[in-house]
Order: sequence, then structure tokens, then C-alpha cells
Amino acid sequence: MDATDLARWQFAITTVYHFLFVPITIGMSAIVACFHTAWVRTHNEQWLRLAKFFGKLFLINFALGLVTGIVQEFQFGMNWSDYSRFVGDIFGAPLAIEALLAFFLESTFLGLWIFGWGRIPEKLHAATMWIVHIGTILSAYFILSANSFMQHPVGYTYNRATGRAELTDFLAVLTNKVQLVTFPHVIFAAYMAGAAVVMGVALWCMRRETLRAEGAGEDVALGDAPMYRRAARIGAVVTLVAALGVSLTGDVQGKIMTEVQPMKMAAAEALYESVPAGVGAPFSVLSVGSLDGSHANDIIEVPGLLSFLATGNFGGAVDGINDLKALYADTYGASGNPLVASATGYAPNIPTTYWTFRLMIGLGMAAAAISLVVLWLTRKDRTPTHRWLLWAAVLTPFLPILANSFGWIFTETGRQPWLVFGLMTTATGVSPGVSIGEVITSMTVFTLLYGALAVVEVKLFLYYVRKGAEPFEPPQDPADRDEDAPLAFAY
Amino acid sequence: MDLATFWFIVLGLLWTGYFVLEGFDFGVGMLLPVLGGRKYATDAVDAEKRRRVLLNTIGPVWDGNEVWVLTAGGATFAAFPHWYATLFSGFYLPLLVILVALILRNLGFEYRHKRPEASWKARWDLAIFWGSVVPAFLWGVALTNIVRGVPIDASKEFTGSVLTLLNPAGLLGGVVFVALFLTHGAIFVALKTEGRIRLEARAIAERVGAVAAVLALALLLWLGFSDGKAASWATTAVAAVALIGGLAANRAGREGWAFLGTAGTIALAVATYFLVLFPNVMPSSTNPAWSLTVDNASSTDYTLKVMTVVALVFTPVVVLYQGWTYWVFRKRLGTKHIPDDAAVKTAHR
Repeated sequence: MDATDLARWQFAITTVYHFLFVPITIGMSAIVACFHTAWVRTHNEQWLRLAKFFGKLFLINFALGLVTGIVQEFQFGMNWSDYSRFVGDIFGAPLAIEALLAFFLESTFLGLWIFGWGRIPEKLHAATMWIVHIGTILSAYFILSANSFMQHPVGYTYNRATGRAELTDFLAVLTNKVQLVTFPHVIFAAYMAGAAVVMGVALWCMRRETLRAEGAGEDVALGDAPMYRRAARIGAVVTLVAALGVSLTGDVQGKIMTEVQPMKMAAAEALYESVPAGVGAPFSVLSVGSLDGSHANDIIEVPGLLSFLATGNFGGAVDGINDLKALYADTYGASGNPLVASATGYAPNIPTTYWTFRLMIGLGMAAAAISLVVLWLTRKDRTPTHRWLLWAAVLTPFLPILANSFGWIFTETGRQPWLVFGLMTTATGVSPGVSIGEVITSMTVFTLLYGALAVVEVKLFLYYVRKGAEPFEPPQDPADRDEDAPLAFAY
Repeated sequence: MDLATFWFIVLGLLWTGYFVLEGFDFGVGMLLPVLGGRKYATDAVDAEKRRRVLLNTIGPVWDGNEVWVLTAGGATFAAFPHWYATLFSGFYLPLLVILVALILRNLGFEYRHKRPEASWKARWDLAIFWGSVVPAFLWGVALTNIVRGVPIDASKEFTGSVLTLLNPAGLLGGVVFVALFLTHGAIFVALKTEGRIRLEARAIAERVGAVAAVLALALLLWLGFSDGKAASWATTAVAAVALIGGLAANRAGREGWAFLGTAGTIALAVATYFLVLFPNVMPSSTNPAWSLTVDNASSTDYTLKVMTVVALVFTPVVVLYQGWTYWVFRKRLGTKHIPDDAAVKTAHR
């Protein structure tokens, strides 16, 4: 392994880990804000209990997303200093604006939400969680603008004298066509992730409460089961609607990707030979054998589907990996520009792109299917207790999160060997002054620390799931609060 | 004034915001085992209540305070890409340690109260304490080294190692940052609490403050005699006055003025650093011609213009709502605000 590989592994580990928590934060902040708003509007105590219950789970998740995000902000300069020098003029601005517009909003208003019970008027209090949510959306917008520049650079010029890419049109960077479809795709995927967590947790609690009430001979309808049932159904509906949004935006995204990064689409299907117009490139749902083009055996194949995903037409022409490789080698390899010459050729790692693409779609569809079944089983006040519901409750939260991860692994590895498509290869972006020993040290430290924190986080999360929603406690009115009374919900 | 110089000033302000605000968070974190320890607490229940009082003084605000450093990092990337690249790749291991420390400290704030076991809380208390001392010290080492100059070659790469940074001036810088933040934090605690903790925090500020004043003056004089300018001597003088004034106000029990005093000291110390630094952003000790300067490290005028517009529009909004949270949580806290049951449960476990 050389310095580039190590820096890539470190970026992959820290970024994939960070992005386990981010989608949940985006999705759950909206749902907690909905619960809190429902409480303010109806004063039905179940909504307040749900807001506080899921609010606590949200905070446990948010804390890890926040701390791992600090690493993200620093590691471009730490491990990718030549990249930072090359694109800083363009890439730095969205990052700085993200901190100024989004991070301040999220952190300040989350502090207000956590400590605001009984201290700020209830409507304002509910609004603080909405503001946190807006902060997460803004954050996503700016960081995705920066990423979209790497997929499809726009609004810049290459300055030969300074040897770097320089910004000419900031609006073009913010409205990059890749960005305009990636942003909704990611946001919908995040809603799926947050909603699936809510659904899974609520299902588990609903089943437990139902069994408990039945065992004690109590009326299930009078216990907490209906409250959790309601939350589970909200989670299921949001998961389903978001899944629809994910697929629609993903469809458009595929076509734009084919246009700006045709290699990525070819790599998604391991399509080595170009398929001319009128024939229709198939999409293999499952495949065995090698993906190096020598003997792929597709088990389930949908004719024309790849052409449709890529072009919107079942007979559309799709370029294959071999032709694109030759084209890129001619365009970039022969250009004499060291930044765009790739020693390893111009195709990404095909098994990775092939499988991550399928896992992204497959896991997302599985989550949507489970939500549909959950909605059916919980129809008309039913609180079912089938044993498999336990599995659905435990597994479903992981499906959209993993789909998110695989989607990102696909989109980032599918861009290789490029760091910025057509402008700079990954190998030329690493920090020349950082030793292999230093990268190995930081990678080891982060991997061990993140691993330990994952255990702590999951245990804590489950601890609070098992505790369930706290009994209802009427919140104090900030106007007539006893100044000497103990504080609620404080550290 | 050109835009690059303007952004140099903005970065000075961002670091000022960070150290003035997170400075007292760090101080509170360092005081956790002291004011919440055996020496001051009557028993285990009291100790736990005291710790919770300390944590709650910064509870609603520490996270927002920390964003100042993220904004400073992002703004360095955007306005001075070469500075960002050289600094972050050059100071690799110290930054790694700072990141790990901040991660553990922040999780300490969020996770400490989430389980009742005393051992769980004790572990996160350690994380909060070391997560406050270590970054404070290392930021001091790093910034002092930036101002004093580090080995940088013709291609803007840092050529030293961690040991290069651990020189006498750098180490003194680290100690001064720790001492200043400890004083600043103690005064903040005195300002935000009532009862015994308030008086004890005041006494600690008095003692630590005297040490901090001597060390800080020594450091600023050292910087001044090697690279001082008229303006940096002026800020050094005012910083000294502010610190002495702040400590006097603390002694007189005027905590608000005392807090303004230490806040002003930190702001003026950062100003001194930046004035000594200018027009360099990272001077090369290898060859002055290879120094990173405001001019050769900055972004294009267009990028700086975009950033300027965004900063001018949104920074006032941020300052306004952050200020508002301080207003919302302005009330002093005491052990009577901490519910009995939780503390008792912890002590008997």
C-alpha cells in the first residue's frame, strides 16, 4: 500500500463512519420537530412523550455525527494538501459557508432545544428543532455542492500560471446540474434513514408494550402501544414517500451521470463492450463469476434496463468500459499534463462499483417493502406481535443507512482514478509532506477510536430504547417558573 | 486595504471568537475535577451536584462556541488555501491529538449524564478534563510556532517534525493558553454560579490569574522583542492592562468586569499574534523568501469577494442569535438547581 492508498482508506473509513450518523440526524430532526409541533398544536401528551423519547435518541446519534464531522473539516488539509492547494479557491468557499450558515445554526439551536424546556415559550421551543433541521439541510446543500464540483467541475478556469483551478462563477458551482439532482437524492435518502430508525424503534416498543399488556391482562388500547403504533406508522409513511423520492431523483441522476461520467454508469453494470443504439443494454440484478469481463454469468437480467437507466430509452446506446478507457487514455493520458495522467488506467474498481450499486438499490427497496408491510399489519388500530416483527424492527433501521453508505462508496469509487473529474487524479492530490507512518498512525487511531465509540453509541441507544418513553410530565410555563426549582433535562 | 488583508483580519477575528468563547469552556472542563473534587465538595453527592452545576453553565453554549474553530478552518481553506494546506499537513500529529481530544470531550458533555453509574460518569469526566487541557495546550503550541516561524521549503511544504514544534517558545505558548483559559473559565464560573462555588471559583481565578499574567506577559514580550511592531506593542500593553484590570475586578467581586477583562486579554493576545505575523501567514524559518504571505497564500479576488459578501451578511446574524442564547440562559446556577434524586442515586451506587 502506498501513501495514496492509505490516505484513501483513511478518508473512506472516517467519511463512511461520519455518514452513518448524518442521514439519521437529517431525517430524525424533522420527525422530532413534527412530534414537538404536534404537541404544541394539540397538547395531546403522547406527542410530547414521543418528541422527548425520540429527541433523546436523536441526540445520542447527533453527538457522534458532530464530533466525526470536525475530522472531516480538517482532513482535507491533513491528508490531501495538494488537492487543497489545487481547488481551495473553489472548494473552500462552500465549506466555510457551511460552517457559517449551517453549523452555527444547528449547534446553537440544538442547545436551545435541549435546555429550553420550561425556559422559552413553547412555540419558539418547537421552532428551535425546525431550525436545527434547516441547519442540517443547508449543511447538506453546501457540502454536496463541493462534492458535485469533484464529480463535474463547473464555474472555474484552470490557471496555468498559478497551477490551480480558480473560481469564476460561484452560482454555477451552487447550481451544478449534478448538485441539483444529488441534493434531493441525498435528502430523500436521509429522510428514509431517519424515518426507518423511528419506525424500527417504535415497532419494537409497540410489540413489547402489546405483549406486556396482554400478559398482564390489561387493555392494550389503554397502554402505550397505540402511541408507538402511531410513531411506527409515521416512520413507515415517511420511509415510503422518501423511497419514492429517492428512486425518482436517482433515475434523473443516472441520466446526468451517464452524460458527465459515462464510465461510472458502465462500471455500475460492469459493461465492458459498448452497446449501440437500438439493441438495448441489459441490467443484471444478480451475477456470478468474475467481473473482469472474461466470464460474467448473469443469473437475473432485465433486458434494456441499463439503457433505460442511462438514457431514458430502452434501446439507447451505452458506452462500455473498454471504449471509454481508450477514449480517456487518448484525451488525458496523451495530454502531457501530470495532474491528469493516470498510472493505473482510467477505469474504477469494477467489482466495487458493480456490487455497491446493487446493494444501494436493493437495501433501499427492502426498507420500502418492509414499511409497506408494516403499514398493512398496523392498519385499523392493530398492534401486531408476530415474531418476525422483531426482526423487522431491528434490521430495518440499518437498511437505508447501509444503502446510503453503499451509494456514496459507489459514487466516490466510481469517479476513480479522478479526484476532480478530468482535472486532477487522486494520486496527485495527497499531502507530499506527510509520511506513511503519520497516516498509518492517524488511521489506526481513528479506526480504534471510532470502533470503540460505535460500541458505546449503540449500547447507549439501546439502553434508551429499552427504557421507553418517559411518563408524561406537564412542562413548566416559562412565565411562572420557580427560580429556585431544580432544572429539567439538564446535563 | 486589499481583500486578502481583510480576510487576514477576519481570520484573526474568528480565532478571537473561538478562544474567547471556547476558552472558558476549556477552563470549565479543567476545573471539573477541582471544583467538583474532594477538596471543595462535602461528600460524593455534593461533588456530583457541583460537577453538574459546572457542566450546566456551559451546557447550552459550548457546541456553538466550538463552531468558531470550524468556521476558522473553513475560512482558512477558502481564503488562504496554501496556508490551510501547509498548516494542516505540516502540524499533522498535533492536529490528530487535538481532534481526538475534542471528540472525547464533546462526547463527554453529551453522554456523561446519560447513564446513572458512577464509573460511567467518572470516565467521561476524565475525557472532559483531558479534552480541555490538551487542545488548549496544543493550540498554544501551534499558534506560537506559526508566529515564530517553522521550517518551510520553496514548494510551501513544512519540512520539520513534531519535535520542531516543541521548542521553548512553543511550549511557553501552550502553558500560557492553558493558564489564561483556566483563569477565564474560573471567572466565567464565578459569573454564572451562586453560593460557595462562586466564591471558590473567584479565589481560584485570583491565584491562577497571577501566574497566567506573569507567563502571558513573558510570552508577549518574547514575541515582541523578536518580531514586534508598534501596533503589536500597543496591543500587548492593552492586553496587560486588561488582564490586571480583570483580576482586580475579580478580587473586588465584580465578575462581569472581570470576565470582560479576561475576554479582552485573550482577544488582544490573538490580535498581538496576528499583528506580529502580518504580512506573513506562516513565515519560513528556513528562508524568509519561502514564507507564506497574505499575498502568495490567498485565493483569487473573485473568491474573496464572494466570501466577503456572505460573511458580511451572515456573521451579524450569527452573532445576534448566539448572543441571544447567552441572554436566554443568563441565570446563575447553584447546587439547589440540581435535582436530588439523580445525584443521590449516583453516590450510592
